[in-house]
Amino acid sequence: MTELRNKNFIKKILSQVPLILLFMSVLNNFDFNYLSTKHFSFNFSYILIFYYSLKKSESLGYIYIFIAGLFNDVVIGTPIGLSSLMYLLLCGAGAYLRNITLRPSLVKDCIFFLITILIINSLLFIILNFIFGHQLEYFDQIINILYTFLLYFLFSNLFDFFEKNFLGRTNAG
Amino acid sequence: METSRDDFVIAIRSAFLKKGTQQRFSLLSLILFSIIFLILGSLNFKAINYLKIIMNEVVYRSSFIVSGPENFLKDNYRIVQNHINLYEENEINKSELKVLRSKDLLNEFIVSENKKLKNIVDDYLVESDTIFAKVLSDKGSPFLKSIIVNKGSKHKINLGMVAMDGEYLIGKVVQVNYLSSRVLLLSDLNSKIPVTVEPNGTQSILSGTGKDHGVIQYYKKNDIIEDQSIIYTSGTGGLFKAGIPVGILNSNYLNEQNKVEFFSDYSQLKFVKIFSYINNEVK
Repeated sequence: MTELRNKNFIKKILSQVPLILLFMSVLNNFDFNYLSTKHFSFNFSYILIFYYSLKKSESLGYIYIFIAGLFNDVVIGTPIGLSSLMYLLLCGAGAYLRNITLRPSLVKDCIFFLITILIINSLLFIILNFIFGHQLEYFDQIINILYTFLLYFLFSNLFDFFEKNFLGRTNAG
Repeated sequence: METSRDDFVIAIRSAFLKKGTQQRFSLLSLILFSIIFLILGSLNFKAINYLKIIMNEVVYRSSFIVSGPENFLKDNYRIVQNHINLYEENEINKSELKVLRSKDLLNEFIVSENKKLKNIVDDYLVESDTIFAKVLSDKGSPFLKSIIVNKGSKHKINLGMVAMDGEYLIGKVVQVNYLSSRVLLLSDLNSKIPVTVEPNGTQSILSGTGKDHGVIQYYKKNDIIEDQSIIYTSGTGGLFKAGIPVGILNSNYLNEQNKVEFFSDYSQLKFVKIFSYINNEVK
């Protein structure tokens, strides 16, 4: 009986891993979005949010994503509400793709993800540059988008592996 | 044709309006909420400003705690690396020390002479009470190069105060909360300060690049800026005192011209000095 309770407890903790990862990536000093390497950066939060809103929407509540966005704005110093808006639009794109997909395929997901992050980053660029007067390096943004897109393949497989082997969810992929 | 449009509308409606399993809010309501946040925030709405201040305090502290394990690893890695390089560094330091000792004697005389002369022309600024602050977070972002320090309005920190790492200028305070503040670093894309390039004495502007170096801009075409020139604040504008060392011009750095390497390593900041410059007579 105790063993069963322990197992349930561990499973409960494991099911919260995406949420913990999201808040860790937002609050931690170590940011994949801003590594010291010259031509390498990617947005881990975008990958995480898109994957989970596409495959396991119940794992990441929208309200948590909204709060994570607010935290991200505070930490990186962007106008409050901006990251939340971007994250939620990404969720919307993920949910839309989930609704129209009959036979899921990783390649299709990736292409849709690329289009989505291109639109979202353009929107971010427009809002930051033209409305709030923040200067952004256009080239850095492109690099960021490119690596985020490429690394979606890797992280998607990693998350699939985690969902199947640790949580026993077979319909994740 | 009409069916496919209907499908699109249904999919969009389902994605944005329907509450999913275990979702308490629909996506559209939260999107609207963030847009309202953005608009009210840009209009400096009071309630949003209070919310911002509360969130800043909570998030900065949580960020400091969450970054604990990573900072611990980073610090230990640095300690090991320092030990490995110890012998080599010691040899270099010894030879540099000899040169510096001889220069120091000359400097002392020049500094006291300079003080006297500046007092005569009423341009001598003194530091207000110095506040030492601990760096809570140095999260770099593509949008803002800044650090968060653990002193705020409670400790008499004001907007525009100068932040220094030892004797080197690193930036100025751009946001003050009750218990914390944000310092905009000189490397930020939006940072621009008036500087003097020595030994030629060229007046110029040092702009941040959003990376870990700065760039010298807006100087006369005829002015020759030599490699390895030292960049000091010029004091124009009155925010900074003239002659605070900022960085060194390194044209070979990244193979581009007018690149300035800052004296202080912004990724290694632990404590900073915060104060403002005031006129000697005012004090």
